[in-house]
Amino acid sequence: MAKYILKRVLMAVITLFIVICLTFFLMNAIPGSPWLSEKTPPQATIDALNEKYGLDQPVIVQLGKYLANIVHGDFGTSIKMQKDRPVLDIITTMFPVSAAIGIIAILWAILVGVPLGCLAAYKRGTWVDSLLRVICTIGISMPGFVVATILLYLLAGGIDGFKIFPTIFDGSLKSYVLPCLALGFYPMCYLSRQTRTAMLDSINQEYIKTARAKGLKNKKIIFKHALRNALIPVITYLGPQVAFTLCGGFVVETVFSIPGLGRYFVQSIQNRDYPIIMGTTIFLAAFIIIMNLVVDLLYKLVDPRINLSKGGN
Amino acid sequence: MEEKQKSGKLLEVKDLHVSFFTPAGEVKAVGGISYDLNYDEVMGIVGESGSGKSVEAYSIIGLLQSPGKVVGGSITLEGEDVLAKSKEEMIDLRGNKVAMIFQNPMTCLNPVYTIGNQLIEALKAHDKKVSKEEAAKRAMEMLELVGINNVEKRMKQYPHELSGGMRQRVMIAMGLICHPQLLIADEPTTALDVTIQAQILELMKDLQKKTHMGIIFITHNLGVVAEICDKVSVMYAGKMVEQGPVDDIFYKPGHPYTMGLLRSMPRVDAESYERLIPIEGTPVDMLNPPEGCPFAPRCEYAMKICLQKMPPYVELGENHRAACWLRVQEQMAKEKSGQADAKAGSQTENKEAGDHE
Repeated sequence: MAKYILKRVLMAVITLFIVICLTFFLMNAIPGSPWLSEKTPPQATIDALNEKYGLDQPVIVQLGKYLANIVHGDFGTSIKMQKDRPVLDIITTMFPVSAAIGIIAILWAILVGVPLGCLAAYKRGTWVDSLLRVICTIGISMPGFVVATILLYLLAGGIDGFKIFPTIFDGSLKSYVLPCLALGFYPMCYLSRQTRTAMLDSINQEYIKTARAKGLKNKKIIFKHALRNALIPVITYLGPQVAFTLCGGFVVETVFSIPGLGRYFVQSIQNRDYPIIMGTTIFLAAFIIIMNLVVDLLYKLVDPRINLSKGGN
Repeated sequence: MEEKQKSGKLLEVKDLHVSFFTPAGEVKAVGGISYDLNYDEVMGIVGESGSGKSVEAYSIIGLLQSPGKVVGGSITLEGEDVLAKSKEEMIDLRGNKVAMIFQNPMTCLNPVYTIGNQLIEALKAHDKKVSKEEAAKRAMEMLELVGINNVEKRMKQYPHELSGGMRQRVMIAMGLICHPQLLIADEPTTALDVTIQAQILELMKDLQKKTHMGIIFITHNLGVVAEICDKVSVMYAGKMVEQGPVDDIFYKPGHPYTMGLLRSMPRVDAESYERLIPIEGTPVDMLNPPEGCPFAPRCEYAMKICLQKMPPYVELGENHRAACWLRVQEQMAKEKSGQADAKAGSQTENKEAGDHE
């Protein structure tokens, strides 16, 4: 087990290295520079700024310096959006905002999506199944901003005298509701569909026949015998999804004006704030790698047949 | 484990009809079969794939899946009408009075729970009051009874850590843990290799002697039947074509299908150059079953009437009957000559009586 985790950590470092290099080159390949704005400063100022932040050197040299700094835990400072504020500081203040909303969103998605999937599988072919299918297909295919807008319209003043929740996120308990609903709707629908498929597969297995022949109650057959076997694909999907959701959805954070990481990430690309682009990318990549490791360890917990030391199969 | 031996009728199936309502039409999977099973008796149900033998067994234990439905007849278990029971009563019956073991032990145990967990669960489903320790103790006793050693370790193992034969033993232990009166074994040895087959059969025979339960043994292997069964029902296309004590079926088969089955079975005492004789033709299309005897299209003795009318059962011996027009003819011929004999006899009697006068 320890050997397995060590191997995974080593692989994670290599993956991160590749991600860093790719992002660095791609980022520099985008036309434009951090200093462009409505009022373009004189060329002399630009040259001075470039020299100050080392942007006048070849990309490969910049990358080398950046990597050397990272090894020492230095992720640089913002060069445009919040000038000279350390990137690490920005991430550690913005991530908790996104994560709080993300955790609630993913929790309600799991708590509602998985049981709904079970229900749809158990009642397959009935109107319950059809209704759930319609809702989930809508949820999967509808873009986030549409969901957010509909929620805003319905519950935050679109209908006269029916303004239950604030339109702008201000940190109050009430203002959490709509962003969480909007952010969790897609994973909820997706999870529900995935659970249904996995459950149907599981219900048709022979051990379910055995469980029935033993005289077990339906509830026990569904939740003990079928669900646990259906969990693997669900967990597979959940791992990266948790990372994405916790790092914040750009659309939802923009619609509700949430000062979260997701929105900041996209803004940093628009502004060519190179250190922030790098910092947030590395953060998200590391998070996803960790979640994948957690998922693989969870597999072992759910299914005893999975042998991690033999390549995880 | 030793129980008071009950005697008499355990199970009575009368004119059972089971149909599957598919989009293509009604499939009469079981078309009116009847039999009795006594306590302490092993009955084999033999037939090829799709002959309805499993479906018939599933309807006893209430495991028929939609679109399958019992459409007629009755099933009486220990004097109780099984078909009239509610869903809850059926759940209570399963695993308790009637247990079932299946064909493929590799897929019949839930891979994510330990053997112990699954055994204890089977016991707890019907005995709510039993304590955890007591349940574990009984589970281990059952494992020992089915010939598994090192039981404490086995209880903590997962199905994938056991061999196929071992898993089938676990399945049997799980079936028997509530001391059922009736065990339905749906091809329990088919998926095992021959040496393990023999062991499992030996075990089942042994357990049957200890518990005196009734067993319905579904198989398509006549060798297995000869090994374990007291009597045999031969099924073809949802109909019971012959039924009788195991010796009668083997030595005096009354139905051409049974004869065909026997001929297609390899024999140890056969001459080396002797070839097995397969039954020609293919099984019946159950969506459009032929009128008359379902075996007639493949039967080498088929007559005109076979294609038109289903033959009635003809008694061929004690508890031995077959549904075949050949036997009907024979019987009619016998009756005729019998009547003639009787006539002649009565005439001579009369004569003698007359002589006395």
